[in-house]
Amino acid sequence: MSLRILSAFAAVLLLAACESAPSDTGMAAGSGGASSSSSSANQGPRPGSQEDLVVNVGDRVFFDFDQYSVRQDQRAVLDRQAAWLKKYPEVTVTVEGHADERGTREYNIALGNRRATAAKNYLVALGINPNRVQTISYGKERPAVAGSNEQAWSQNRRAVTVVTARAGS
Amino acid sequence: MTLMKHPMIARLLILAFAVGAYATLSAPAHAQLRIDITSANTQPMPIAITNLFGSSPNETKIGLDVAKVISDDLQRSGLFRPIAQNAFIQTPEALRTQPRFGDWRVINAQALVSGAAIIRPDGSLRLEFRLWDVLAEQQMVGQAYHTEPSNWRRAAHQIADAIYKRITGEDGYFDTRVVYVGESGPQQRRVKRLAIMDQDGANHRYLTDGRVLVLTPRFSPTSQEITYLSYLNDKPRVYLFNIDTGQQEVLGDFPGMTFAPRFSPDGNRVVMSLSNNGNTDVYLMNLRTRQSTRLTTEPGIDTGPSFSPDGTRIAFESDRGGTQQIYTMGSDGSGQKRISFGQGRYATPVWSPRGDLIAFTKLYQGKFFIGVMRPDGSGERLLSESYLVEGPTWAPNGRVLMFFRQTPNDDRGTGGSTRIYSIDVTGRNEREVVTPTDASDPAWSPLIP
Repeated sequence: MSLRILSAFAAVLLLAACESAPSDTGMAAGSGGASSSSSSANQGPRPGSQEDLVVNVGDRVFFDFDQYSVRQDQRAVLDRQAAWLKKYPEVTVTVEGHADERGTREYNIALGNRRATAAKNYLVALGINPNRVQTISYGKERPAVAGSNEQAWSQNRRAVTVVTARAGS
Repeated sequence: MTLMKHPMIARLLILAFAVGAYATLSAPAHAQLRIDITSANTQPMPIAITNLFGSSPNETKIGLDVAKVISDDLQRSGLFRPIAQNAFIQTPEALRTQPRFGDWRVINAQALVSGAAIIRPDGSLRLEFRLWDVLAEQQMVGQAYHTEPSNWRRAAHQIADAIYKRITGEDGYFDTRVVYVGESGPQQRRVKRLAIMDQDGANHRYLTDGRVLVLTPRFSPTSQEITYLSYLNDKPRVYLFNIDTGQQEVLGDFPGMTFAPRFSPDGNRVVMSLSNNGNTDVYLMNLRTRQSTRLTTEPGIDTGPSFSPDGTRIAFESDRGGTQQIYTMGSDGSGQKRISFGQGRYATPVWSPRGDLIAFTKLYQGKFFIGVMRPDGSGERLLSESYLVEGPTWAPNGRVLMFFRQTPNDDRGTGGSTRIYSIDVTGRNEREVVTPTDASDPAWSPLIP
């Protein structure tokens, strides 16, 4: 029961984010108005969609400062992502690697590449075809959370899985 | 007499006056008027910059504008203190024949600039200027510039460069431009545009429209081109951009993301990083043959490459030893060795155009610093410290740097700013380079050809 409430809450958050920041939530292009109305709290997001990934699986994992190994406490998210990708074999994704603002620009681009690659390698090790998983690094250019404190930085050191082609599309 | 060719923005002719034509006959023996710009505690030299004399309203206006640009350039250098014109006794017209040096000594001017703006019958502009040593009562330099009236601002910068050179003994840097990244919007969805302006902020314009994320532009030393990182079509790659034509071209066909580009001093090659499968190495591309060579093979992050001005060596940063540090190598990748051994991390090495120093960004105990060290890693000096300062770039004379500073945001992500600053290599004279919006990633051009 509590899980369902959480999901509904996340869907509302998603709707709000959809209006204000379509690019950063990792919403796939074209998932705007139509899917917003369909992803109501009652019906839930469309299976195999970005919303489905965000709400029911978790689209991102977080990293320690200047680190790129997948943290113990983040593995469950990638485990669920791998299971989800197996459930929807026609889905392809891009893993976006990001860094916090406490590094130099070019190093952070390379660091974001390491993080995206680490998340991809984890999925591949669980049996996902590497051709289904692209990577890109945004370095410190696209923080998820604004703010100059550890709370913000810890949410910006991340690898976000974004659906590029989805089930039924 | 000197004749200089200006292939790009031609039509600017410099003529040196016959030295001594205006010099007084019995000038007292006097120490040469000079500023030592390597000294850490130089007092700015008081200088009187008069409006260039004009005999028509149009010429008078140009003469006033030119004097203003010269005055602003010299004042911003921190080495000169232009004296307020309302203190002047002798008029520009009277100065045409001969300075009354007593009139300038009495207001404590050590140097005096006089001249004239003349529109010639063919419509072209002739700017004359003379620099006088007030105490020695001697002319130090006299030159005339022939150009089109619309080009008066560049001529003014060149006059400022000539004055700077005559008094400091160093080449000037006022006839230069800066390319940078203009920023706007919230941090999570920052809009970034390539922008270009004169070093004093004039002639500002945007080169890209902000639809595509762009980063780290750098000038070609030999052509009107910049190289930069563009996220066009979500494929981050190094591009070339022609400033005159606006044409853009992706550089090479690499299996992964390319970034951190910089030109070689001869302009014929670009050194950059390639990230693929988590590994980042330095590559060198020949722009004529489009052949690329891999220069580093370590499994760590090798990035931020920068050529020495003689083209024989490359400085770069690598975390192969555990944390970001600065290394140097031959331009063929040979002899890679670490040069930074201070406390903290070292990043973004940029070799001075003089070859004597490498500027860097340092991260230590949660703070960022801009500093310089010798190419062997010795003599580290920190010039600026902040929450976040990054990305030094050198003026072509190797005496002044620009970098950008980001101030912290509050918990709502507001209140922070990102701005470009300049500072002397001595650590003095830090000042904001004024830009219309937030700004980062400055790159200083060579002297305009």
